[in-house]
Amino acid sequence: MSLNLEEIGRIAKLARLELSPAEAENTLTQLNNIFGFIEQLQAVNTDGIEPMAHAVDVVQRLRPDAVTESDRRAAFQAVAPETEAGLYLVPKVIE
Amino acid sequence: MSTNLINASLKELSTALAEKKVSSVELASLFLDRIEKFNPAINAFVTVDRAKTLAQAAEADARRAGGEIGPLLGVPLAHKDIFCTEGWLTTCGSKMLNNFVSPYDATVVTKLKQAGMVTLGKVNMDEFAMGSSNETSHYGPVKNPWDTNRVPGGSSGGSAASIAARLAPAVTGTDTGGSIRQPASLCGLTGLKPTYGVVSRYGMIAFASSLDQAGPMAKSAEDCALLLNAMAGFDERDSTSLQRETEDYARDLNKPLTGLRIGLPTEFFGPGMDDDVRAAVEAALDQYRKLGATTVEISLPNSGLSVPAYYVIAPAEASSNLSRFDGVRYGHRAAEYTDLNDMYAKSRAQGFGAEVKRRILIGTYVLSHGYYDAYYLKAQKIRRLIANDFAEAFKVCDVIAGPASPSVAFKFGEKSADPVQMYLSDIYTISTNLAGLPGMSLPCGFGKDEMPVGLQLIGNWFGEAKMLNAAHQYQQATDWHLRMPADLA
Repeated sequence: MSLNLEEIGRIAKLARLELSPAEAENTLTQLNNIFGFIEQLQAVNTDGIEPMAHAVDVVQRLRPDAVTESDRRAAFQAVAPETEAGLYLVPKVIE
Repeated sequence: MSTNLINASLKELSTALAEKKVSSVELASLFLDRIEKFNPAINAFVTVDRAKTLAQAAEADARRAGGEIGPLLGVPLAHKDIFCTEGWLTTCGSKMLNNFVSPYDATVVTKLKQAGMVTLGKVNMDEFAMGSSNETSHYGPVKNPWDTNRVPGGSSGGSAASIAARLAPAVTGTDTGGSIRQPASLCGLTGLKPTYGVVSRYGMIAFASSLDQAGPMAKSAEDCALLLNAMAGFDERDSTSLQRETEDYARDLNKPLTGLRIGLPTEFFGPGMDDDVRAAVEAALDQYRKLGATTVEISLPNSGLSVPAYYVIAPAEASSNLSRFDGVRYGHRAAEYTDLNDMYAKSRAQGFGAEVKRRILIGTYVLSHGYYDAYYLKAQKIRRLIANDFAEAFKVCDVIAGPASPSVAFKFGEKSADPVQMYLSDIYTISTNLAGLPGMSLPCGFGKDEMPVGLQLIGNWFGEAKMLNAAHQYQQATDWHLRMPADLA
C-alpha cells in the first residue's frame, strides 16, 4: 500500500489540519514509511480472534441521574479564546 | 545535611520532617534552589512558582504542627505537565496549551495534595506525550543529566531528569507505550507503570485512553511504593477506574526472594539489544539468582508485533482525543481565518508540532471509511494475541525481566529524522501497555560512556506489590539506584 498526495490532503481535511505543500510532501514520505512498517500486521492469522478494545475487561458503570457538579462556568470560560454572555464565540456558521 | 537530603529516600525525608530536623518550607527551598541553579542546563522544569510552592509547604508544616502525620506529609514533588493543576500553567509540552492555566486538579494531583505533598513545579515532556526522546516538546528538549548531549528519553523526560539531577525527590509520570520506563532507564532511576485502571486518568490530558496510565518515578522501589499508595484508588470520574480493595503496595517489600520465578522472554534477549545493555541486565539476573530467585525461559511469540500494533491503536485513539483542541473552549486559536473550518484547521496547524500532526493523520487514516477493518480491527486482534501470550507466560513465572530499552541514552538528533527508528526505542515496553500489565524500570548498572542501564520488570495483572518486592530486594543488595551525576552534587 502506498499513499499519494491527494490522499494526504483528504486525511488532513478530515483531521482539520492545514498542511503546507512542503509539509504534505514530507508527511507523504513519512506516512508511507510508517505504513510500510505497520504492513507486517497483515501477515498474521487472526481468524476467530476477538478484538481487544481495552486493557481490562470491565463494563461501563452506571450512576444515578443526579446533579453532582457545581456550576463553574466562569472558571472554565476564563481559559477560552473568546466568550460572551456565557457563550463560546465562533465564526458565523449559518448565514 | 543538604547533600544527605537530596539523596535521601522519601522515608528518610518523612522521618526528618517528623523529628523536626527540617521543615517542609526548608525542604522545598532546598529543591527550589537546586532547580534555579541546575535547570537552565537541564530544562526539566517548564513552570516554577516559588511563592505557590512555599505557601503549600507552609501549609504542610501547619498541618504537621496541628498533629497530622503521614508518610508523605510535607515532602516535595513535581508533576509532569500532562496533569491538570489548578492555578498552574498546564501545557502538555505543546504550543496548543501555552496559555492554559488549569481550572481544576487532576485526581492524581488532588490525592497527592491530600497526602500533604508540596508541588515544586511542572516538568517538561514530549508534546502530548508523543515521543521517546523529549525532542518533540515545544519548550525545548530536556537534557540527560548524565550527559547533556544525550536525550533523557520520553515522554516523561522532564520527570526522569528531575530525579536524576536531584531537582525533586519524587515526580509523577505517565506511560502509554513506555513513557515512564524508558526515560527511567535512560536517566538511571526507578519508575513504575501500574496495571491499567489502578490510577485515575481524570485530569490527565488524554493521549491513547485504552493505554494511558499514570505512575510514580523516584530513586527507589520503596519510594515508588509509597507514592503509589497515595496515587492509586477508585475514582468515579474515570470511567475505566477499577473498583478494588485498597492495597498497601509496600506490604511485601521486605519478603525474601527465595522461590521467586523470573520469566525471561526469548524475544527480549534477541539480537536487538546492545551488548552493554545485555551485560548489565545479565549481571542483574545473576544477582537475582544469588538472592534466591530462579529464572525460567518463556516465550512471548507475538511481542514483535507490539510496536506496529501500537502505532495503529495509539494514533487512532489520539486522533479522536485530540479533536477536542479546536480553538473554541481552550488553547490556541489562530489570529486570522475565513470561516469555522478554516479556524479549526489553522488553529490546529499552528498549535500542534510535527510528531503530533503525524500521529493525528495516521489515526485519522486508520479509522477512515474502508480502512478500519484492515488496520484498527486487525491491530486490536493482535493486541489480544499479545495479551494472551502474557497470560500463558505467567502460568510458569511470577515476574518477567528483561531490558527496558535496547540501548543507553542516544544523542540528540540521532533518531529524530526517522520516526520508525524512534518508535523502535520502545520495543520492550509497548507490549505491557497493550496487555494492561504493570511494569517498572530500575537502574542495574552502566553501559557505554558510563550511561545508565535499566532493568525492566513486568508483573502479572495487579502484581505491583510482588514486582516492587523484587525491585526493592535487588536495591537492598546493590547501589546503582543511589548513584547520581557527579557534577550536579
